[in-house]
Amino acid sequence: MLDTIILILDSTLRLSTPLLFACLAGLFSERAGVVNIGLEGKILGAAFAAGAAAYVFQSPWIGLLAGIMVSVMLALVHGYASISQRGNQVVSGVAINFLAAGLTVLLGQAWFSQGGRTPALSPQNRFQSITLPFADTLANVPVLGPIYANLISGHNILVYASFAAVPLTWWIVFRTRFGLRLRAVGENPSAADTAGLSVTLLRYRATIICGVLCGFSGVYLSVAQGAGFIKDMSAGKGFIALAALIFAKWKPVNAMFTCLLFGFLDALAIRLQGQEIPGIGEVPVQVFQALPYVLTVVLLAGFIGRAIPPKASGIPYVKERT
Amino acid sequence: MGSVRCFSWGRGNAFETVYFESRHAIDTQVNDLIDQKGRATVAESNVPAIELIGVSKSFGPVQANKDIDLVVGKGSIHGIIGENGAGKSTLMSILYGFYHADSGTIKIDDKTTTIPDSKSAIAQGIGMVHQHFMLVDTFTVLENVILGAEGGALLKDGVANARSELKRLADEYDMTIDPDAVVGDLPVGSQQRVEILKALYRGADILILDEPTGVLTPSEADHLFRILRVLRDQGKTVLLITHKLREIMNVTDMVSVMRRGEMVASRKTAETSMEGLAELMVGRSVLLEVDKPEVEVGKPLLKVEGLNVKDDRGVLRVKDVSFKVRAGEVLGIAGVSGNGQSELLAALSGITRAESGKMELSGEKLDLSKAHDAAEMRTMGMSHVPEDRHRMGLVNKFTEYENSILGYHREPKYSKGMFLSKDAIRKEAKERIEKYDIRPPTPDMTVAKFSGGNQQKIVLAREIECDPDVLLIGQPTRGVDIGAIEYIHNRIMDMRAQGKAVLLVSVELEEIRSLSDRIIVMFDGNVVGERGPEATEQDLGLLMAGVNQEAENDHELPV
Repeated sequence: MLDTIILILDSTLRLSTPLLFACLAGLFSERAGVVNIGLEGKILGAAFAAGAAAYVFQSPWIGLLAGIMVSVMLALVHGYASISQRGNQVVSGVAINFLAAGLTVLLGQAWFSQGGRTPALSPQNRFQSITLPFADTLANVPVLGPIYANLISGHNILVYASFAAVPLTWWIVFRTRFGLRLRAVGENPSAADTAGLSVTLLRYRATIICGVLCGFSGVYLSVAQGAGFIKDMSAGKGFIALAALIFAKWKPVNAMFTCLLFGFLDALAIRLQGQEIPGIGEVPVQVFQALPYVLTVVLLAGFIGRAIPPKASGIPYVKERT
Repeated sequence: MGSVRCFSWGRGNAFETVYFESRHAIDTQVNDLIDQKGRATVAESNVPAIELIGVSKSFGPVQANKDIDLVVGKGSIHGIIGENGAGKSTLMSILYGFYHADSGTIKIDDKTTTIPDSKSAIAQGIGMVHQHFMLVDTFTVLENVILGAEGGALLKDGVANARSELKRLADEYDMTIDPDAVVGDLPVGSQQRVEILKALYRGADILILDEPTGVLTPSEADHLFRILRVLRDQGKTVLLITHKLREIMNVTDMVSVMRRGEMVASRKTAETSMEGLAELMVGRSVLLEVDKPEVEVGKPLLKVEGLNVKDDRGVLRVKDVSFKVRAGEVLGIAGVSGNGQSELLAALSGITRAESGKMELSGEKLDLSKAHDAAEMRTMGMSHVPEDRHRMGLVNKFTEYENSILGYHREPKYSKGMFLSKDAIRKEAKERIEKYDIRPPTPDMTVAKFSGGNQQKIVLAREIECDPDVLLIGQPTRGVDIGAIEYIHNRIMDMRAQGKAVLLVSVELEEIRSLSDRIIVMFDGNVVGERGPEATEQDLGLLMAGVNQEAENDHELPV
């Protein structure tokens, strides 16, 4: 029983990681007032770039760098359209999703001729599991041993990075000058402007951070969890991350728990696939896939408190004219 | 310097003489003498804090500021008064670095300078309290004050310093405030103090306040004026922008008048009068008093009983309100905005459904807890000039003539089957434009391009010309210039003379007092008292703050 639980939770952590990166990415962006529907596209773009670069240069680290670069570039396109040109942020984000979905397959086919995939990566070109100190020696301690050895130890470095990013995000957003200004720009950009701050610059910085974090998410998919890029491999993770962000009410620690919950649902769905549950029968996997969205809609309908977004989220800043 | 002032004055003089023609010429000359004396004393006593010479600014074809000269003495409260659109806000935006002047010179403390952005304005000791507060509602007072001046990359570094500095400033200027309160939870008066503290924390020596009393109760406004006087006595310079003459008379040392983008006069406040200033603002003499003839009061046309209204969050905003309005009577509802007046109007006009409450409209009984709509109320003889004309009264992107029939578009005279009879509508729109003196007289222009006063006239024409028995009218003169205010007030008095019942909701006490036959005051959703139009401002002000001094005599509200 314990083994099964640990197995499901272990897989929960792995499945939560890309969501968590993307959710924190969205948090930075939306806290600064830039709605980011384009998380999905950035994840996909990063996954492709990472898969391709890791294969070509035979290094997961170069893959990571390439993934982040591509994601940041897409973020800057979004920034230029929605911050500098004051375009509609939703339209710009959707455009990035389409761009990434098409371009990754096109370039993948042109460069590697494997039907849009990148070539499979050998284990040393991926981020590999890390065994934490004493994991093997402690494995025999009852209850805690297996939890430490099998659940906490044995993940790749990006999993740990994603969870380390949570307190870091909290600290940046709530304890630094940059965080204060970031939140001000998302709530009332005029207040930041009259205080002598540049709304444009702050929003660009938030968008770039968003790009970096999305990069991590995409790299994780193709170079850590998977072994190369596959067409549409982000599979809606950017959208689930957005749902998680709303569910978490734009707070980092909440975001972690929400991503764990959504990751858990995913893990459960995989575990229960094709299995009979006593008294219920076989539950279609789609039920679990839909649950994050259903839960978010329930939240938005006001059943679990109110989710109030940053006030200026989605609104391009135009200096007042009289 | 001296020559510049002479020049500036000479120009103003010529301008006025042209404007006022001969019958005003003598007055103007007398004022000139006073004015020159006033300036002389300011100039002798100290260096001017701000001096503007020939500042101009235009937006496309619109000249917002034309060759403005202004001298503001250090350590004084200087008022700038003018109608909406006179260019006051543009001028202040130039001083605060929002706009760049097309030409002209700015001197701060006698040194020529440029103000490219807000940051530079702050660095030169200019602080601004905006009409719409520039505060982050979800932040604490402390966070709002330090935003942009945090004193280090980590918040921890600056916060302790800021806390003690904030306390020192608050004590020094008599502004008690909890630094850890969330700004969105504070009453507007306190929010404004946060804005002032924010400017002082940044070391402002010159404080610009843009229409600061629009959202305040009379007692809050008095508190603000006390603070301003303390600031002045401590050597700060205060620039007060307003269109309210009473405030100018009450608190300023000097006053400058703007009209249509030009600075038309500067006077010592003690040596001028409200009438004189009003005349300078408008360019002609204005009736500040409304002519209110005796009208025979008839039977009640609108009766409301036990009205309770919740807002969309489920909070009870109107609590057991009852009143009636008779034919030939104006019932004024006074109160600080946000005390249930908007919800009251929305429920009466059929826009929202009340929790409970009965209404009798021209003899017909209605249960307001059932669903009604605005169209139904209109057919029963009630029309409604909503408080917020942009959100509820007009469709800004539609043309004037389209707006002139909104809500009445189904009437046979405007439509043939499912099509609009555009010619008929345009023809009527033209007649109304003439009758209500709507400018410019162009029915095909989108309403967004009309000025506030003319937009309000468009709504008013639409709602009055359908000949209702009962007129609900909310904030009839918000954002409307003096000339149009006079006109709108007269139309309301015409309705009264024709034996209609008028329910007037306004946050402007003066307006309520001059138009109403009876005044009820709302506070926190309750009617806290009823007074006649002769009630003093202090008395009404106390009621607006929820204090009823005659509470014991007031148990039986006339229903």
